[in-house]
Amino acid sequence: MSSPIDQALSGAIFEESAVLTVKDLSRMCAVDERHIVEFVEEGVLEVVETAPEWHFTGAALRRTRLALRLERDLELNLAGVALALELIEELQHLRRQLRAAP
Amino acid sequence: MEYKDYYKIMGVARDATEAQIKQAYRKLARKYHPDVSKEKDAEARFKEVGEAYEVLKSPDKRAAYDQLGQGHPGQDFRPPPDWGSGFEFSGAGSGDPSYSDFFESLFGAQGRAGAGNRRGAFHPGRGEDHHAKVLLDLDATLRGGARQLTLRMPEIDAEGRLVSKERVLNVQVPKGILPGQHIRLAGQGARPPGEGAPGDLFIEVDFQPHPLYKIEGRDLYLELPVAPWEAALGATVKSPTPTGTVDLKIPAGSHAGSKLRLKGRGIPASPPGDFYVVLQIALPPATDAKAKDAYAAFAASQPFNPRASLGV
Repeated sequence: MSSPIDQALSGAIFEESAVLTVKDLSRMCAVDERHIVEFVEEGVLEVVETAPEWHFTGAALRRTRLALRLERDLELNLAGVALALELIEELQHLRRQLRAAP
Repeated sequence: MEYKDYYKIMGVARDATEAQIKQAYRKLARKYHPDVSKEKDAEARFKEVGEAYEVLKSPDKRAAYDQLGQGHPGQDFRPPPDWGSGFEFSGAGSGDPSYSDFFESLFGAQGRAGAGNRRGAFHPGRGEDHHAKVLLDLDATLRGGARQLTLRMPEIDAEGRLVSKERVLNVQVPKGILPGQHIRLAGQGARPPGEGAPGDLFIEVDFQPHPLYKIEGRDLYLELPVAPWEAALGATVKSPTPTGTVDLKIPAGSHAGSKLRLKGRGIPASPPGDFYVVLQIALPPATDAKAKDAYAAFAASQPFNPRASLGV
């Protein structure tokens, strides 16, 4: 499965155009679809479109993988993952504000 | 190969209970998890801790490991010839292929049994998607262009073992990609066992520190030194930017830490980021008599107490 290295592979920025379904996320992250649904129910993932089926933005890929890593490596339950993600985001937000302060 | 003292890595006694081992792991995992840790060597430490826990949490593996006796860290190690007899290892743990040679020599084949069974199960008939993370130079996103990337990919070898393989790809980096975003390479993931389309390869992008610019999301920050009179009186000075040198107008009355924003001159994403110039006041050295006289003359002409706000 090695490719010739002289010919450059082209790929798009995934986040810019991706609209993901539960099935897509399940396949990309190698996790059961029910687990994606649990993430939504716990507020870990946000659904941007509900009809005809659930849709997520491309950013959900990174978030799902992060949630799965936290769950597996830190042996967190769903509520713990949700809390950790919120705190990580708040930390990032505060760091950005610190930079932007006059 | 180096002997690994898993008890020492976990900071527990050799007769620690399962509960104590679990507790130690959770504490260390929280401390060194690369997604949450600020420690410098977090990733390496986290892998080491994960490997130690993988062995000590499993009664079978722990018993087998204990049977080796207490080696000396750093000592050259070879597993005994009858190693592994009588023990049956199962469970693939986290599926992380980056365990040490020491772990692989002890538990390699059996310890990973079952790791391959999970693969592809979430979309029958299609190969699994692969994920990798790379550090690019900032120029790659500012201008776009081909980069040679070396990825470490998990692969199932002929004996069904999960191994880590090096893979070199020449990839056209899309202009304007932001840290944390992915390049998707269709069909570059795993091939399914039978017929069917291969999966995709997702490459998560981050950037190496740049000598001039700090990267904050889509924005770039530059610390620009200016002379005290340039800040006080205002001036037009040269400043580097990602798209070349520009003439920058410093408003009169600027001070250290003043921010100037060049809209749309950050990372060329959509929408593009901004470029911030943060002023630093550089003091001219008072090394010769002329400079000393100038400082003294200025001091004599101005009643100025820089510590007035401190009440002294």
